[in-house]
Amino acid sequence: MSNTLFDKVWDSHVVRQIEDGPDVFFIDRHFIHEVTSPVAFLGLESRGVGVKYPERTFATADHNTPTINQHLPVKDPLSANQLETLERNAAKYGIRHWGLGDENNGIVHVVGPEHGITLPGATIVCGDSHTSTHGAFGAIAFGIGTSEVEMVLSSQCIMQPKPKKMRININGELSFGVTPKDVALFIIAKLSTSGATGYFVEYAGDVFENMSMEGRMTVCNLSIEMGARGGMIAPDETTYSYIKGRTFAPKGDDWDIALAYWKTLKTDEGAVFDKEFNFDASEIEPMITYGTNPGMGIGISNNIPESKNIEGGKATYEKSLNYMGFSEGDAMKDKQIDYVFLGSCTNGRIEDFRAFASVIKGRKKAENVTAWLVPGSHIVEKQIREEGILNILEEAGFELRQPGCSACLAMNDDKVPAGKYAVSTSNRNFEGRQGPGSRTLLASPLMAAAAAVTGKVTDPRDLIDNNN
Amino acid sequence: MTTITKRKMAYDKFTVLKSSAYPLPIENVDTDQIIPARFLKATERKGFGDNLFRDWRYNSDGSPKKDFVLNDSKYGGRILVGGKNFGSGSSREHAAWSVYDFGFRCVISSFFADIFKNNCLNVGVLPVQVSEEFSDKIFAAIEADPNTEIAVDLPSQKVSLPNGESELFQINTYKKENMLNGFDDIDYLQNMIPEIDSFAAKRPF
Repeated sequence: MSNTLFDKVWDSHVVRQIEDGPDVFFIDRHFIHEVTSPVAFLGLESRGVGVKYPERTFATADHNTPTINQHLPVKDPLSANQLETLERNAAKYGIRHWGLGDENNGIVHVVGPEHGITLPGATIVCGDSHTSTHGAFGAIAFGIGTSEVEMVLSSQCIMQPKPKKMRININGELSFGVTPKDVALFIIAKLSTSGATGYFVEYAGDVFENMSMEGRMTVCNLSIEMGARGGMIAPDETTYSYIKGRTFAPKGDDWDIALAYWKTLKTDEGAVFDKEFNFDASEIEPMITYGTNPGMGIGISNNIPESKNIEGGKATYEKSLNYMGFSEGDAMKDKQIDYVFLGSCTNGRIEDFRAFASVIKGRKKAENVTAWLVPGSHIVEKQIREEGILNILEEAGFELRQPGCSACLAMNDDKVPAGKYAVSTSNRNFEGRQGPGSRTLLASPLMAAAAAVTGKVTDPRDLIDNNN
Repeated sequence: MTTITKRKMAYDKFTVLKSSAYPLPIENVDTDQIIPARFLKATERKGFGDNLFRDWRYNSDGSPKKDFVLNDSKYGGRILVGGKNFGSGSSREHAAWSVYDFGFRCVISSFFADIFKNNCLNVGVLPVQVSEEFSDKIFAAIEADPNTEIAVDLPSQKVSLPNGESELFQINTYKKENMLNGFDDIDYLQNMIPEIDSFAAKRPF
C-alpha cells in the first residue's frame, strides 16, 4: 500500500482510535514556554495529577522576555511573574528549563532544532501555532491550546482527528533574490489565509530539496498562516547532516538505527493526497504583504489588487486597506517605512542574518528607520559574532539585540507605535500585532535589509549583485 | 460508542441554547483581535472577558468605541456570530477563554480556523459551523431584529431561526458526548494511562 510521509508518521503514533471521534495521539517531544503553560500546570494541581514523562518536555522562556539588558531583573511585574512561574513549574516537575540568561535560551522553535530535540518521524507539539516549524525535519509538529498542553503534561497524548492531506509541489529553480520566505508568502497568497485549513501539508519538489534546513524551517513555520495545522518536508542528507552530533540527537548505534528508519520517511509512489497544488519556481519574485493577513501579499513589482478582483468580502478588504493606510492599485515600492524587524521563529536564524548582512554591507542604516535585529537564540547570537556579521552590522549603524520573540508579537517592550510602518521578517501582519495600531509589511530578510538602508520599500535585487 | 468510565464534569453541560446574538460579519477574525498578545500575561484563567476584542472595543484612552458591536446596547445574548474563517492565527487558548468569560457559550461561523475550534470545544464553547447561505440568513435576521432568538440544539445538531428556518451542523460523537456531559479530554486520557505507558515503552525516541 502506498502511504504518504504524513500517514507514516501519524499512524505510528496512534495509541487508540475512537470511533467517530479523535485519535489518541502520542507526543514524542513537547515544548513549553511562559505564556501558554501556567494555566496547564494549575490544571494539573487542581486535578491532583503530575507530569507523566518530564524528560519529553523542554521549557524555554521567549515570548515575554526583554531583548536588552537581560542580566537585569525584568521590569514588567506581569512578565517577571510568568517567567518565574515557568521556572518554578519546571523545577517542581523535573522539566529541563532554559530560562532567561541561560546560554541555551532562545525562541522555542529555534532552540529545539539547534539541540537536536527535533527529529524526523517524531511528533512535536507546543502551545504555539508556529510549532509547524519543526516539520522541516520530517516531523509532525503543530500548535496546541493550553488544555492540550495539560493533556500532554499529564498523559503525553492529545486527542486529534487526523487532518486531510495536501501536497504542494514546486519545481524548477528560484530566481535571483528569491528566498524561502518569498516562497512561503507566495504560496499563502495563492491559497489564502484559510486555504489549507483542515489539512496537513507536505512540501515537495526541487525548490524544497535544494533548500537549507534554515530555509525549510521558514517555509514550514508559515504553514499555519494558510490555515494548515502543519507542514512537513521529507528528511534527506541535508536533514541528517544538520542533526548529526547535536546534543539530543541519537548517538552511536542509536544513530544508525534512527537513520535507517528516517530513510523510510518519504511519500511512496502513487500515494494519494486530498488536494495537490503545483507551482513553478520561476513564478516567484520577492514578496511583500500590503494588508492585515499573511495571504495579502504580492510580488514586489506588482500593485495592490483592486477589490473587484478579490475573492471574499469587499467590506473586509476595505477595512484592511484602510487600517494600513493604503489604496487599491498602489505600488508597494517606494512606500516610506519607519521600522525594520529582523528576527522571530520565522527568520531569526543565522542564514537570515547572513542574508541581511549581504545587503547592508558597505551601506548605512537610513536615518528615518528604527531597526530591531533580534537573534533567535544565544547560539545564533554567538554565530553572528564569530562570523564577523556583528562588525558588518555595526559599521552600517545597526545594533544587535538579545534573543526572544520580541516585536513579532510585541508582548515585551519592542512595540511599533500606532500608525507606523514596519518591514518585518516575522509571520503575522494582523492589526496591532506588533503593537496597538502598528502596520506590518511582511517580507524576507533581504527585503528588510533593503528597506533598512533606503528607508522605504525597496526591491532587494536593486541593491545586490547577481553574482553573489 | 466510546466507553467512558468514572468521568468527571470539567465544565458546564451544553444541551440546548436559545439566545439572541451579537453579529460580527467580518472575515478572517484572528485571535490577535480576539485577545491581543499584551493581555496574555496572566498565570491564571480569569478576567480575559474584559479584554475580549480589546482594540476593536476600546479606544487607546480606554473609552468604549460606540460603533463596535459589543458596545451596542441593542445587542445581547450568549451567541457570537462571526464572519468566515473565524479564529485564525495564534493558538492562544486565551481567545476561547475570553469568549467564554465574556459570557458566550456558542460561536457560529461559516468557517472556523482549526486550533480555535479545538480550543473552544476544550473549554465548553460550542463552535457551530453553518453554510454561507445560512450564515447570511442569520446575519440578516439579526439586522432586521437584534432580539432575534437563535436556537442551538446540540442533541439534534440543529441551529434554528424563529421563522422556522434551520440547518444541521456537524460534531463528532465523542466531542458531542463531552459537551452534553461537561466531560473533557484530560479526564478521558487519565482513564487510559496503562495503555499509553505500554505504547510509550515502545517508542524509539
